[in-house]
Amino acid sequence: MHEPVRFGQQTATKPILPVTAERLFVRRKGRVLLDVEALTIGGRGTTVLVGPNGAGKSLLLNVMAGLRAPDSGRVLWNAEPPNRQRYGRFGMVLQRPVLLRRSVRANVEYALRAVGTSAGQARAEADRALEGAGLLALANASARVLSGGEMQRLALTRALATGPDLLFLDEPTSSLDPASMQTIEAMVKSASEDGMRIVLIAHDLAQARRLGDEIIFMHRGKIVEHAPTDRFFGAPASPEAKDFIAGKILI
Amino acid sequence: MLKTARNWFCVPLACLFAAGTAMAGDFILLQSTTSTQNSGLYEHLLPAFEEKTGIQVRVVAVGTGQAIKNAGNCDGDLLLVHARAAEEAFVAEGGGKERRDVMYNDFVLVGPSADPAGIGGGADAGTALEKIAASRSAFVSRGDDSGTHKKELSLWSGIGIDPVQYSGGWYRETGSGMGATLNAAVGMDAYVLTDRATWISFGNRAGHEILFEGDPSLFNQYGVVTIDPDHCPNVRQAEAKRFVDWLLGPEGQAAIAGFRLGGQQLFYPNAGDGDS
Amino acid sequence: MQDFAASFFEAFRLVAGLDSGLIEIVWLSLKVSITAVFIATVIGLPLGAFLAVTRFPGRSIVIVTVTALMGLPPVVVGLVVYLLLSNAGALGPLQLLYTPTAMIIAQTILVVPIIAALARQTLEDLNGEYRDQLMLFGLGSLARLRTLLWEGRYSLMTALLAGFGRAVAEVGAVIIVGGNINHVTRVMTTAIALETSKGNLALALGLGLILLIIAFAVNALVFLLRAAAERSAYA
Repeated sequence: MHEPVRFGQQTATKPILPVTAERLFVRRKGRVLLDVEALTIGGRGTTVLVGPNGAGKSLLLNVMAGLRAPDSGRVLWNAEPPNRQRYGRFGMVLQRPVLLRRSVRANVEYALRAVGTSAGQARAEADRALEGAGLLALANASARVLSGGEMQRLALTRALATGPDLLFLDEPTSSLDPASMQTIEAMVKSASEDGMRIVLIAHDLAQARRLGDEIIFMHRGKIVEHAPTDRFFGAPASPEAKDFIAGKILI
Repeated sequence: MLKTARNWFCVPLACLFAAGTAMAGDFILLQSTTSTQNSGLYEHLLPAFEEKTGIQVRVVAVGTGQAIKNAGNCDGDLLLVHARAAEEAFVAEGGGKERRDVMYNDFVLVGPSADPAGIGGGADAGTALEKIAASRSAFVSRGDDSGTHKKELSLWSGIGIDPVQYSGGWYRETGSGMGATLNAAVGMDAYVLTDRATWISFGNRAGHEILFEGDPSLFNQYGVVTIDPDHCPNVRQAEAKRFVDWLLGPEGQAAIAGFRLGGQQLFYPNAGDGDS
Repeated sequence: MQDFAASFFEAFRLVAGLDSGLIEIVWLSLKVSITAVFIATVIGLPLGAFLAVTRFPGRSIVIVTVTALMGLPPVVVGLVVYLLLSNAGALGPLQLLYTPTAMIIAQTILVVPIIAALARQTLEDLNGEYRDQLMLFGLGSLARLRTLLWEGRYSLMTALLAGFGRAVAEVGAVIIVGGNINHVTRVMTTAIALETSKGNLALALGLGLILLIIAFAVNALVFLLRAAAERSAYA
């Protein structure tokens, strides 16, 4: 059964990198949730966002993705505000990925069709992407009955399938078993090596070390440290980062 | 059946239009009292007329009061009811054109066979009602401005009792049709006034039976009233007249006399006896 | 108890004998109610979708109103439609009173709030879950809505079935605007009302039983269609 949706043909748009944030500020009920003076995501490699719960990591990603409007400040994708025509060059795996109520293959096909791929081509590309993720055997299964690890892999495959310039991952391996985590990390590494710019939130510092070329440490809505991975873990500049790395609870 | 078979395969939207076009063809709309429908009289009468003339008679059966109101709104081509005073008022006010007698039967007082108020064998209907009121035995009234309801109220006023002051007590108004009211009376072991035709054809009599009958004051005259085209320009005057002529003529009158249920005659034709 | 046993017998007798009068009445019931649900879907689904995904001043009042209208008394709807369609009413010249069309109009009015209110709730919940993901696909608002309708199709189908249940079971509106005319506007519920008023309680109950079976059959059919659709989607 096919969904009666016709996708608009999307025109190729100019690159979206670098993505910059200027004086982002978000406040809810008197509490400052986000207060970022400036941030630029450009070049190559993988940036890992770390910090205690409630530091504003997810909110920062959502604002930079154009999903949430800040109270003040602005986000620019290559000097222009994000708009929906440009999502074809952008990918994101949400903290709780939403899989459509259809087959595994149809989920990937849907993303490809949304960026203007023809139906026949979408199917071939979807199968190739599923094969790369080890999900081809499940192509006809309902996406809603997969295991947690399979769901995360499918969400990542779907985001990678359209070949975005920039990929955001919001805790892609939280609550996964070690095997699933390894598979996901391998997919992320391979995409990064192919030149995709990646920003990911990690709750696990070991993962941050494994995947990150640079680390952004957030605390209370602010970017406290932004440094190459080795320097962040070897010689953290701020006392908050030192405590966080040492496993002390930050409030 | 043939008419609906034609629409058997229609899709929903087409149905909407098909339903509209079903209006075409010769038919008249008869606003009627319920007793004639519930007794099965129309199923006996109408096929003969429809076969002879090709005019379909569509019956909307409601209480007499409601039927006259609907006709006053021009939502009918003909009235067949049983409340002479109201029918004549309808003609006098300009809604109706002409009223003619069609047939008669009578009302009967029905109640639990034990007859707690002892109305059986009384002198007249007024005495029977007085006994019910005096013993405060349950009495169910239509309470719906129907012909039967009007008759019942006129009987009460004849003995100087206003039963409505006891409403909710022993006097219970259902505000419903004859059938629903009979069901209520059977359920409450109550007395009730009904036309004989409805009672004979009623299927849920349980322990109830006719306890008082035969008083001339219980006479029940049915009349037919044509609609004044000056009041309702859309009225199907010619078709309605053909039905009235047939109904009041020898064929219709004989058909009425020939309608029997369980061997009993339910309506007695009397066209031309006392037209106004 | 006697009546219940007798009603089963009556229902069986009517069905087994393929009583032509019964077929006519059942067919008109289905035709009127399915048409009403179809039209109510065309009106109610976009209305519910609009309320689910837009924000405007007075939106909550509209939502509360639509939801409250689920409790519209059929008799009141029948009366209003009667007054409109009567020859003395504004739409009198259309000559629709005492036709199946009048019954369809009345039932449509009864069903629109049910479909709109249930669709609104379904789509609003779904939109909360899907909004970000559909934004990331780069879809415009209409394409997002189309996807929400498709993703919520089974819940929405239940809303349509609820509407159908309301339509096929109500008597108050159709008896007023249809007039319960034999061979023209008599449906299951008005036939039940008529047989009750004739005191034929077993027959009335038997007809009620058949109505229940029809409602069951319609729901079972939709259930089977859904199961078949799921099988073919994931085959």
